[in-house]
Amino acid sequence: MALIELSGIKKTYFLGEISVEALRGISLSIEAGEFVAVMGPSGSGKSTLMNILGCLDTPTEGVYLLDGSDVSRLNRDELAVIRNRHIGFVFQGFNLLPRTSALENVELPMLYKGLPRQERKRRAAEALKRVGLGGREHHQPHQLSGGQQQRVAIARALVNESPLILADEPTGNLDSRTSVEIMEFLTELNRTAGITIVLVTHEPDIARFSRRVIMVRDGLVVSDRHPDEGGMHA
Amino acid sequence: MIAFGEILHVSLRSLRANKMRSALTALGIVIGVAAVVAMFAIGTGASRNVEAQLASMGTNLLVVRSGSTTSGGLRMGYGAAPTLTFADAEAIVKECPAVGKAAPTASGSVQVVYGNSNWSTRAEGTTPPMLDIRNWTIGSGRSFNNSEVRSAAKVCLLGQTVADNLFGNEDPIGKVVRVKKIPMVVVGVLGKKGTNAMGQDQDDTLIIPITTAQKRVFGSRFQGRVSSILVQAADANSIQAAIDQIDALLSERHRVRSEEEKDFTVMNLAELMEAAAQSTKTLSFLLAAVASISLLVGGIGIMNIMLVSVTERTREIGIRMAVGARTPDILLQFLSEAVILSVLGGVTGILLGAAVSFLIGHFAGWPTVISPLSIALAFGFSALVGIFFGYYPASKAAALDPIEALRYE
Repeated sequence: MALIELSGIKKTYFLGEISVEALRGISLSIEAGEFVAVMGPSGSGKSTLMNILGCLDTPTEGVYLLDGSDVSRLNRDELAVIRNRHIGFVFQGFNLLPRTSALENVELPMLYKGLPRQERKRRAAEALKRVGLGGREHHQPHQLSGGQQQRVAIARALVNESPLILADEPTGNLDSRTSVEIMEFLTELNRTAGITIVLVTHEPDIARFSRRVIMVRDGLVVSDRHPDEGGMHA
Repeated sequence: MIAFGEILHVSLRSLRANKMRSALTALGIVIGVAAVVAMFAIGTGASRNVEAQLASMGTNLLVVRSGSTTSGGLRMGYGAAPTLTFADAEAIVKECPAVGKAAPTASGSVQVVYGNSNWSTRAEGTTPPMLDIRNWTIGSGRSFNNSEVRSAAKVCLLGQTVADNLFGNEDPIGKVVRVKKIPMVVVGVLGKKGTNAMGQDQDDTLIIPITTAQKRVFGSRFQGRVSSILVQAADANSIQAAIDQIDALLSERHRVRSEEEKDFTVMNLAELMEAAAQSTKTLSFLLAAVASISLLVGGIGIMNIMLVSVTERTREIGIRMAVGARTPDILLQFLSEAVILSVLGGVTGILLGAAVSFLIGHFAGWPTVISPLSIALAFGFSALVGIFFGYYPASKAAALDPIEALRYE
């Protein structure tokens, strides 16, 4: 069974009298262990798609099965539980809590999972070691470089053992050398830990790290292919 | 929802991250609570004081005074020309069923001499029931008796202040003092009473038999008359009846015709004192009400800062929601921040208020009483202020859309 199963997903925004169709019927499935890039120009609906994939929002129509369960009709607190248990986020702007140590930032998802403090500390320290930041547990975000901050964010995405990482322009704020480092690290996670990664980017160089590229335009999937195979998928 | 202890921990952490702002926010509550506690302490102290004075004056008290008289076209004040007599006092007790006790008084100021010491005080000529009516106790020695009143005996009772000033550590009982040059034997010393509502020292007094006062001390002034008659009604419910009965009795005895101005007045002292006590109470409630306005302003300050804080921390809220915080998690985090601020402010305010009322009591000499009730009220009220004014910002925070919040710059 696929990890992500979207069928006929539509999202319409109502702004007063005008309604805007951001997604006009998207169906796709992503298997566990895939590394997928979602590309598309701005206004294509890729952000809306990411919000729905990330359970930050629900579709107006259609069904979203995540790990076999329907999450398309859940309320906001039920969605919060799904995000907490199943999805790790990596954002362009890192989105770490300011004036808060790396360790406590990584602890955050476990706090809302209700894990005891000792276990949180231990697992957060392990996750930081895993992303190569052992010894920097007590640094605050402003004391870390951009690449290091993004590693803290990746540690935070990993720490609840979520099967899925959603990375929204994860290298958008990084120089090219650091970008490569981060992308190599994500690739490594995908290969060794089997974590499914869905990446949103508009940089073809970055999309190349993935093994499948989904192009979105005007709220529809216009192409879905595996670059290393060069073939097209329906 | 995560454990409450964890939420408190998170809230405390973010308050610590903004120490200066947290302290300034709490300051409004500190001042409000301190003002309420101090005002309550002053108010309670003042009304306890009035109550104590009320008790020391005696209960159910009426005073009959000689009325104003007209002499050669000049209207004189009350009691200027005494019209009441010792017999009036005896008649009041005998013929008015609503009256418990009555005692005539004739007083004036005198110089008292003992050995090399002398002291100016007020001498009050009266009869033994006066001591009961006014709640006087005998500190040492004895009171004078009715036969000493009949014989105009040269005996006196000293107030504590007079005894201290004339005798120091010496025992006054049995000693002879000279009151306006008349030698008198000190038979007793009165128990201490302290100051009255007007701030006068009630212990600065000398009590002698009414007859002694009339015949020997103030001879020319009273000529067998008394300046006032102190009356105690039989009980609290018969005060009005006593007034009416005394009025009727004295009108008859003094042959006052109905159209004439009466030559006496009956005053309800208990009523006057109770009015004073009531106005003290009203004043202290007014003070506390004004003080609680500042507590309200402090609460609005908390709401204001919390609203700013929610806006400023929109992205933080978005991050927390993205990683799995539910609505009640966010709501309780911000609510407990507000409550912690107001409760810490409340505790500090209680300490500050207690210190202020102690200082006021110490330096201004006002009696202040910090009641546990006022502390409990101030504490409870500040927690309520935190919940009330923290709820709106917290619910705003909890209702944020995670997508918008994450995108917030």
